[in-house]
Amino acid sequence: MLDLLRYPFMRNALITGSIVAVLAGAIGYFIVARSLTFAAHAIPNIGFAGAAGAVLTGILPVYGFFAFALAAAVGIGLVGKRARERDIVVAVLMTFALGLGFLFLSLYAGYAQRVYGILFGSILGISVGNVVVTGVAAAVAMGLLLAIYRPLLFCTVDPQAAAARGLPVATISALFLSVAALAISLSAQVMGALLVFTLMVGPAATANRLTRRPGRAILTAALLGLAYVWLGIGAAAISGRLPVSFMVSAIAFAVYLPVRIWARPRRRPGSASMSPRGAGAPDAPAEEEGCSAS
Amino acid sequence: MQEETGCVAVLEKASVRLGGRLIQESMTFTVEEGEFLAVLGPNGAGKTTLLRLLLGLIEPSSGSVSVFGAPPRRGNSRIGYVPQFRDVDAGISIRARDIVRLGLDGHRWGPGLPSRKREAAIDEVLEEVGALDLAEASLGELSGGERQRVLVAQALLTNPRLLLLDEPLASLDLAREAEIVGLVARLRRTRKTAVLLVTHDVNPMLSEIDGVLFMANGRCAKGPIAEVVTSAALSGLYGSPVEVVEALGKLFVVGAPI
Repeated sequence: MLDLLRYPFMRNALITGSIVAVLAGAIGYFIVARSLTFAAHAIPNIGFAGAAGAVLTGILPVYGFFAFALAAAVGIGLVGKRARERDIVVAVLMTFALGLGFLFLSLYAGYAQRVYGILFGSILGISVGNVVVTGVAAAVAMGLLLAIYRPLLFCTVDPQAAAARGLPVATISALFLSVAALAISLSAQVMGALLVFTLMVGPAATANRLTRRPGRAILTAALLGLAYVWLGIGAAAISGRLPVSFMVSAIAFAVYLPVRIWARPRRRPGSASMSPRGAGAPDAPAEEEGCSAS
Repeated sequence: MQEETGCVAVLEKASVRLGGRLIQESMTFTVEEGEFLAVLGPNGAGKTTLLRLLLGLIEPSSGSVSVFGAPPRRGNSRIGYVPQFRDVDAGISIRARDIVRLGLDGHRWGPGLPSRKREAAIDEVLEEVGALDLAEASLGELSGGERQRVLVAQALLTNPRLLLLDEPLASLDLAREAEIVGLVARLRRTRKTAVLLVTHDVNPMLSEIDGVLFMANGRCAKGPIAEVVTSAALSGLYGSPVEVVEALGKLFVVGAPI
């Protein structure tokens, strides 16, 4: 396994994979919390059309991907708050984009492998220049996320109270979706447009079941994502046949399932019959201690 | 408009239109320092709209509104606001104390640093609303009444002089209703905070409130229960015959929706 690190493409794969795993985990917490999972599925599909268009015109696919993903994110942000209405609009946009992507592909006479890579990821084909672009873009995305962290959390949990406190709720929502579009574009290089959803949602959904604290959930999601990507790349490299994105999505599923079934009952133990004001209510679970780190 | 020191809010002929529809016409009343008012009225009468007006989230289409002697503005820390119960995703990892904390610094940029002083302030308000034992519980683990306590604690962190509570009793059982009313009554006594509590049922708080603000049919009436919640007064407000019946020490409005 360590021998594999001698190859530059393996090093590039691991560095890029690590960067996007951490970023996707952090963004994923808010995607899950804001019930944007469907949007997180649609944005990369729309991005795919952009990437296919980029291939057609000879631009680096990730740029076309990002342009379309950003437009989709802003559009979804503008469509508004009602989840049902939003989902319908997103679905219509997404299927149109997929059709557009197919059109671009059929017009493209070149090497189909590049397009295949956009759909399913091409982590082992990442250049050094690509690693640098990914690193810089991820740093920008992470910086933005940190900058809006508290207002975003406030708007997520309690949008009306946040607005009353003077926060620009709609702007923050659009800003977050833009950061998410950037993160999705970067992650799609590793996972592909069709499977990037795994990295955005899988670790965060699992982390949500393992801790009660926002800061810890984000950290846990980032670490889980990191583990999935490393294991995925390792397994793919050793087997020589299994694709990385398949391995990552399989691991994410394999971890989420048992956690979903066993971890953390929805109520505090013994409090179901709790009467007024916590008469003898059992206190916080042992997992939590000390003062907040988030 | 007179700038009495004792006035928390003064409305003078304030009308509100939303999307071309007249919600309230010519509201004129004052909210005094430390006054506890129940805001009553049918759905769509403008109860939440009134709160949004005081918060500076919407503007009157005509007339004037002043809060603490100035026009309403968003982010006024002298107002504590608990919005109507929302369908937040209970699957999100967030503890009660994290939610309370948002009332203190949720509007600031950046992630924020750990602070003992802040945690102590959070413990203090949680204790005040009797929810200190819930501090480490996550949002999804809180019952409706527990959640209301935590949200009230969040609203208290800025030491507001006016509390706006939008249907805090919705979807609570009778015992939990009484608890929340008891909590609000205690807070307004100890903190001398004025309270506007939006509700569909005034009975749980009959002995605690100073008066009611009854909104219906684009108009409103403010005063003691004995003056406002009467057959004659409500018939005038609704513009149709309405009967107020007293039974078992409770008031029932017959002939009109509340």
